[in-house]
Amino acid sequence: MSEFVQYLVNGFAQGSIYALIALGYTMVYGILKLINFAHGEIYMIGGYVGIFLLSTLGLPFWAALLLVMPIVGLFAVLIERFAYRPLRGAPRIAPLITAIGVSIVLLELMRLIAGAQPRPFPQPFEDVSYEVGTWISALDGVIIQRNQIMVFIIAVVLMLLLNTIVMKTKIGRAMRALSMDFDASRLMGVPIDRVIAFTFFIGASLAGAGGMLVGMYYNQVEPYMGQLAGLKAFTAAVLGGIGVIPGAVIGAFILSISEALVVGYGESSYRDAIAFAILIFVLMFRPWGIMGKAERVKV
Amino acid sequence: MSYFLQIFQLLCLNVILAASLNVINGYCGLFSIGHAGFFAVGAYVAAAASKFWMPEFAAAQPALALIAVVLVGAAAAGIAGLVVGIPCLRLTGDYLAIATVGFGEIIRIILLNTESVGASRGFPGIPLLTGEWFPFWVVLFTIFSLFTIHRLMKSSTGRAILSVREDEIAARSMGINVRFYKTFAFVVGAFFAGLSGALFAHYSQFLHPSNFTFMVSVMVLLMIVVGGMGSQLGAVLGAVIVTLLPEALRFSETLSSIRMLIFGLIMILVVLWEPKGLMGLYFRFARPKKKVSA
Repeated sequence: MSEFVQYLVNGFAQGSIYALIALGYTMVYGILKLINFAHGEIYMIGGYVGIFLLSTLGLPFWAALLLVMPIVGLFAVLIERFAYRPLRGAPRIAPLITAIGVSIVLLELMRLIAGAQPRPFPQPFEDVSYEVGTWISALDGVIIQRNQIMVFIIAVVLMLLLNTIVMKTKIGRAMRALSMDFDASRLMGVPIDRVIAFTFFIGASLAGAGGMLVGMYYNQVEPYMGQLAGLKAFTAAVLGGIGVIPGAVIGAFILSISEALVVGYGESSYRDAIAFAILIFVLMFRPWGIMGKAERVKV
Repeated sequence: MSYFLQIFQLLCLNVILAASLNVINGYCGLFSIGHAGFFAVGAYVAAAASKFWMPEFAAAQPALALIAVVLVGAAAAGIAGLVVGIPCLRLTGDYLAIATVGFGEIIRIILLNTESVGASRGFPGIPLLTGEWFPFWVVLFTIFSLFTIHRLMKSSTGRAILSVREDEIAARSMGINVRFYKTFAFVVGAFFAGLSGALFAHYSQFLHPSNFTFMVSVMVLLMIVVGGMGSQLGAVLGAVIVTLLPEALRFSETLSSIRMLIFGLIMILVVLWEPKGLMGLYFRFARPKKKVSA
């Protein structure tokens, strides 16, 4: 029992980070129908910018977190401007290929700048663990680290913020309109370039925050961490129903908890296969995901 | 001399790989980026075949044994292509892309956990069948692959595959079994990727799951993007460039270390400026009068 709860705790911490990345995928896909393969690298860069701000500039953690988000966001806006926008009318495969190209370029740039070795991430908070067993005797042996709580709370706050932006503001309404019907929104005067740039900005900010949180959680950042995390976050987005914002969060938690259970109950070498197995299973039987709706292809 | 021979063999293997991915992505208009998975299946099955199943036969008849194991590897990859293709090809466009990535990674993780082929320690001791004649066989298999694909695309089957790329709904209403031809193209692509993998196993005599990462699939994609999707000559040219560029950059350590960066930039710039790759350039400048055809 307490073992199981421990795996749930670990899964929730990891899942918050997946969710932050998955949100960017799902928003961009909802509007542009583009799998932004470079999104995982944005998340990785967020981790490195975090290290730079924390150790080189010596900023406090909260200031660094608040700065990482716009920096990484602007970065994504630039990428959109030069690698995706010129291809907006092109066949859908074209931006997919540039996205893979951008992802290689970012990965290699970071590897050249920072080296291929993992970099230690400065710990902003002292390492405190809470033993749940002291309060609830049934859960004896379950340990929650303070970092796990921090990761979860920060992620939830950011998601609530995102929800407010998307549901309550004018630009949020424009984003929803674009994902509902791209052409009709353009005809109704929605400034599509600005809204798309803003979508990339928001999505990348969340991923950048995720990069910082993962650095804090695992104490290190490395250039290759974006590839697998990106694919898994995309899996989470597909699982929840791509284009559906709450779906991405639900998908992320389902994915991370199943991973944590697989690792916990012994098959840790198959940890990375789980995500892909889920992905293919969902794509085969319910490609529109848990919360999405099926769409018919029209001529 | 042997350095050039090594590079030349690698080049041939990449030419087969690029041509095989071109069948799927170029001719049939699907978007697969899990090609490393089929490459891996071909390599491991062929390696296991020549190491475990027929060592005596291989000693007596190395040439026949090589043909046999290469075909076994290719067939295994083709079957893997069928297994992956049947569920995945119900998906379109980018969903298919991500599903193929998933399958490629699953195949790699399974190999990483399979003890009988060495798991994470790698698979050593694959015999170099036919010894010094091996490069000759590599060339022969390359010609065989290119010729087969070429003839296939000139047949009515090939035209059906092209019609699926051009307009799926129109093709269906003309009585083309879209799903059959998609699966067929996918299996053919997987088959030749496996053939290349089988040769690779005997060429390097050592396999490791890290030979078959997502990056390998991306490199093959890069080859056909650079050369021009949907053109066999383009695939060959792309394979030549992508294989030889890192070798040409060897003179300078700086350039060598940023070769992946260069590849990434090439990939972006080609799509932005010349989506048909080298073949597009060729048709634009060398033959301005004639229309670009498939």
